[in-house]
Amino acid sequence: MYEGAVQDLIDELGRLPGVGPKSAQRIAFHLLAAESADVGRLVSALQRVQEEVRFCVTCFNVAEGEQCRICRDPRRSDDVICVVEEPKDVVAIERTREFRGRYHVLGGAISPIEGIGPDDLRVKELMTRLMSGAVTELIIATDPNLEGEATAAYLARLVAPLGLTVSRLASGLPVGGDLEYADEVTLGRAFEGRRRIDA
Amino acid sequence: MWVRHLQVVSFRNWAQADLALRPGPVVLVGRNGEGKTNLVEAVAYLATMSSHRVATDAPLVRHGADQAVVRAALRRGDRELLVELEINPGRANRVRVNRAPLQRPRDLLGLVRTVLFAPEDLSLVRGDPTERRRFLDELLVTRTPRLAGVRSDYERVLKQRNALLKTARMARGRAIETLDAWDGHLVALGGELLAARLRLVADLAPHLASAYAAVAGEGAVTATLGYASTVPAAGDGSPRPSRGPSGAAPVPALPDADALPDADALPDADALAAALRDRLVERRADELDRGVTLVGPHRDDLVIHLGPGPAKGFASHGESWSLALGLKLATFALLRADGEDPILILDDVFATLDAGRRAALATVARSAEQTLVTAAVLDDVPEELRGVRVEVGGGAATVRDGTASDGGGSDGSVAPSSAAGAPGGGPEEEGR
Repeated sequence: MYEGAVQDLIDELGRLPGVGPKSAQRIAFHLLAAESADVGRLVSALQRVQEEVRFCVTCFNVAEGEQCRICRDPRRSDDVICVVEEPKDVVAIERTREFRGRYHVLGGAISPIEGIGPDDLRVKELMTRLMSGAVTELIIATDPNLEGEATAAYLARLVAPLGLTVSRLASGLPVGGDLEYADEVTLGRAFEGRRRIDA
Repeated sequence: MWVRHLQVVSFRNWAQADLALRPGPVVLVGRNGEGKTNLVEAVAYLATMSSHRVATDAPLVRHGADQAVVRAALRRGDRELLVELEINPGRANRVRVNRAPLQRPRDLLGLVRTVLFAPEDLSLVRGDPTERRRFLDELLVTRTPRLAGVRSDYERVLKQRNALLKTARMARGRAIETLDAWDGHLVALGGELLAARLRLVADLAPHLASAYAAVAGEGAVTATLGYASTVPAAGDGSPRPSRGPSGAAPVPALPDADALPDADALPDADALAAALRDRLVERRADELDRGVTLVGPHRDDLVIHLGPGPAKGFASHGESWSLALGLKLATFALLRADGEDPILILDDVFATLDAGRRAALATVARSAEQTLVTAAVLDDVPEELRGVRVEVGGGAATVRDGTASDGGGSDGSVAPSSAAGAPGGGPEEEGR
């Protein structure tokens, strides 16, 4: 154990995801030895995140202001909404530059073990957006694990009465990989979702 | 398949042990508490990644150490397989095969094949259904490694679904509407698991009949298997119709030719998934009432029949022992019929068997590519199994060539390794 302030810092850092007690200690002592200007920049960055960053009122992506950059962009299509679990999934999909519609961030996936049900996610808000009439297609891009699949199945059933086109992201072989190294589940899914080649 | 070299570090009571072994019977002798069983447990751990004695990994690690390591060089035909496993209690284990790390430790399952018979196996006959489900599922995964994923996903869905059912009564908004989404997973995975178990029971039954006949001797009643499921379509526990008239002479051991027509009559995974779904609908009210999942392979049982009735509750102590042994010998025969001898491990069992069962076990053990036997005294072990002898005591394991072996056939692999060779030298020598 260290003196009050240092131990407090280690404890706070240790609460961050992916940071164990040893890393917390290392970061704390790095900060102690750092220039005060460097620490000042970190402090103000933390403060600005706290004060300025909000969740977009429309899609619940991170935003500076009422709406996020994507919801404000007039060039994007209002016809298609892509549902993801977390804001970081928006960033991942944006990197592909393949998708020109809007997003909706659920804030997680259904997981009864952790006490997360549909009421803890932004499901009601999604339904409101879908019922506005502008949207014709819903792409469900939750994680391809059990919880993500269950969330997708639940959403698909929920929106079925609206008569939209609903799709789920495909799973399959990684590009540039070797067939022999794919696991059986992925390879099985790739077979299920195979595509016709137009000659 | 056989173990050519076994090394353990910080495993159970061993700081380190290093053994060079040979195919055929290997007997580990030593007083109680010296660590004979711990050495064979390490070999079995490579096959199932779980211990037959404890439910968690923590007791496997030597007191005061952070992790245990098991390394084994195995021979399959003329190929060498080097498996290194790091046991980290509370964290993910790490596995390397032929020096290449595996992405997921469970990818090791199915690679090393063992059949272990130990006094604990009496619970296969007399114990809870949990024991028999575990027996079936571990054998399933050994034969079809892909099912390890199905099995763990099923467990996960079950936990999620049970958590949901438990909170459902508190009527937290629309949470219960998500039950259908979990049901979709449950029936797909459950159907696959059920189909695999039914096929396994059908494959195993003829082997059990002949193994039990060999163990119990002339004139004994026939042992058969049934599957009792919470899904009626998957079986009600009654024995599967076998070829020979029941109660007559033991069923001849021709599983490959015999099993096919029966196996084709088994319902497939899709049909079982549909049946499971129907049953879930029927029991929905009960499930909501009790807050747990009442239908599915996690509540099923393997039923062992002896003659006209179920063995559990009716078989005598001697019959129960013969059945437990019969099940393990049937497992051995099934894996052998799949194309490769598993490593047979007999942990402390000869002392508790009578002459007839000893002889039946010794016949199979003698024929196996490698059999690892533990015993407190050499006199307990049948004569024909006293090949290579490993003396365990004083914190060291020393390999000695038995008198019953081929004599001058020293081929290098026989030579005890440095750590094991020094009598009384202690296991504290430096690792690789």
